[in-house]
Amino acid sequence: MLNEYDLSALLVTIKLASITTVILILVGTPIAWWLSQTRFKFKAVIEAIIALPLILPPTVLGFYLLMTLGTNGPVGGLLESLGGSSIAFTFTGLVVGSVIYSLPFVVQPLQNSFGSIGKQPMEVAATLGASKLDRFFTVAVPLARSGFITAIVLGFAHTVGEFGVVLMIGGNIPGETGVLSIAIYDHVEAMEYGQAHILAGGLLVLSFVMLLVVYMFNRRFSIMRSN
Amino acid sequence: MIECKIKIELDSFILDANFSIPDKGVTVIFGPSGSGKTSLLRALAGLEKTHNGFLKIGDSIWQDSENFVLTHNRQIGYVFQDTTLFAHLNVQGNLDYGIKRSSNIEKEFIDSILNLLDIKTLLNRSTSQLSGGEKQRVAIARALLIKPKILLMDEPLSALDIKRKQEILPYLDALHNDLDIPIIYVTHSPAEASRLADYLLLLDHGKVIGSGPINNMLTRFDLPISHGSEATSLVEAKVISREKEFNLMHLDFPGGEFLVPDNNLLIGSTVRLRVSARDVSLTREKQVDTSILNIFPAIVDEMSPEGKAQIMVRLKIKEITILTLITKKSAKILDLKNGSKVFAQVKSVAILS
Repeated sequence: MLNEYDLSALLVTIKLASITTVILILVGTPIAWWLSQTRFKFKAVIEAIIALPLILPPTVLGFYLLMTLGTNGPVGGLLESLGGSSIAFTFTGLVVGSVIYSLPFVVQPLQNSFGSIGKQPMEVAATLGASKLDRFFTVAVPLARSGFITAIVLGFAHTVGEFGVVLMIGGNIPGETGVLSIAIYDHVEAMEYGQAHILAGGLLVLSFVMLLVVYMFNRRFSIMRSN
Repeated sequence: MIECKIKIELDSFILDANFSIPDKGVTVIFGPSGSGKTSLLRALAGLEKTHNGFLKIGDSIWQDSENFVLTHNRQIGYVFQDTTLFAHLNVQGNLDYGIKRSSNIEKEFIDSILNLLDIKTLLNRSTSQLSGGEKQRVAIARALLIKPKILLMDEPLSALDIKRKQEILPYLDALHNDLDIPIIYVTHSPAEASRLADYLLLLDHGKVIGSGPINNMLTRFDLPISHGSEATSLVEAKVISREKEFNLMHLDFPGGEFLVPDNNLLIGSTVRLRVSARDVSLTREKQVDTSILNIFPAIVDEMSPEGKAQIMVRLKIKEITILTLITKKSAKILDLKNGSKVFAQVKSVAILS
């Protein structure tokens, strides 16, 4: 049913989404916590930058990533001068792009959850002898559980579904940067609607199941909910 | 002693708390809403960061010009206004949270606290299955189980209805009697203050306007609480005998004996009596054909006018001080002066504990 090309696209996609989600939780959690607690004057600027991928055409983001990460870009150039190679058109490049692209889908639910905990549980934990880091892991994280579930599912699903960024920065190299969403496009281009149906239908079902999980765990959840 | 010198800038005023209070018994911080009571308590706990403050509890300095001991290193018990049990843990988990982070918490000690607050049967419940009163009892137990050096309570009854308040108050009395750590209790309720306080710290608009033993404070004419029709004084007494025939108890105090309706207190237990200034009247001669049972010889200590028609009189019955509110006309008829010998007739008293 799935040919070798489709299979490798599936594997690359799962690998990409998994690694991206892990990195997103590691990076997004401290950012979300900071945003939920800070009274920093320019907090809105940071929030706007993180939210940019929500409205920016993915190709715009992909274009700038390519410019930055490519051989002639500042980051790519730096990597090359250090004896490495540019990460454009590599799996690593895809991960970097995906993390940036999906960041708001992880940061926003976490920030909402952390914000709704309020100051008091953390203060209570402090009076009971818990240090800052201790109370973060034993009070804030468990109380923000639904936020984490939402963040993981949305981060994963959104990475699976991206197209524009991947196309710009990944270059569709089979087994390396060729992902499902591009495979579907290729099938349609080649008029292989049957193959496209299998992949598209699979993604549709997968996305529905993941959202179902989020809504079941979190009755008050809404993707469009703002702070 | 507990010594405190703290300045905090609040929204509409500056909290300037400079006081020392005893490091035993219950000190009630009393004042109207918005007088800075909660901020002061939070500062004692280290939850409110202040600069250039000084704070010393017994031998430990928690704050001076160089050091600021963080809340989690202060070893305090803090009971917040509304219930603050962790929703992700059950009752046992909530209690364990503090125990795990403390040292030398023995099994017997845990048992004694669970018994004191009567929560042994609740341990396996989830926090959502508890009533408001039960939640607050668990929160108090959780605070006590870390063996705090001091217990800070921020209006722990204010979120509860009258019935729940009545349910919790006996447990607070038990804390008062059984614990040897100082308790600082914030409230704006005169009833709670007069029931629980040994020592009173009055706060108004961020300033300490007076502090001292509760009864001195209640009867000091330079303070607002000693004025108005709500003015009261307190008398500590001891149950010595009962009069079965009339269902009365005899309560001994340094100025004599009170006769009050029997409420089944054990002989030998100490009680706190509240004497409202409105319920005390004065005579020059000892009345004999009167329905009033509690009559004591007293000396007029000081008088202070109350509005246009009334006068507040502070009396000494031996070393005990009580207030009475009479009319100016009565004072004139009785020819009252400081030092006048009178008889105080106490029409009714309330037993507080």
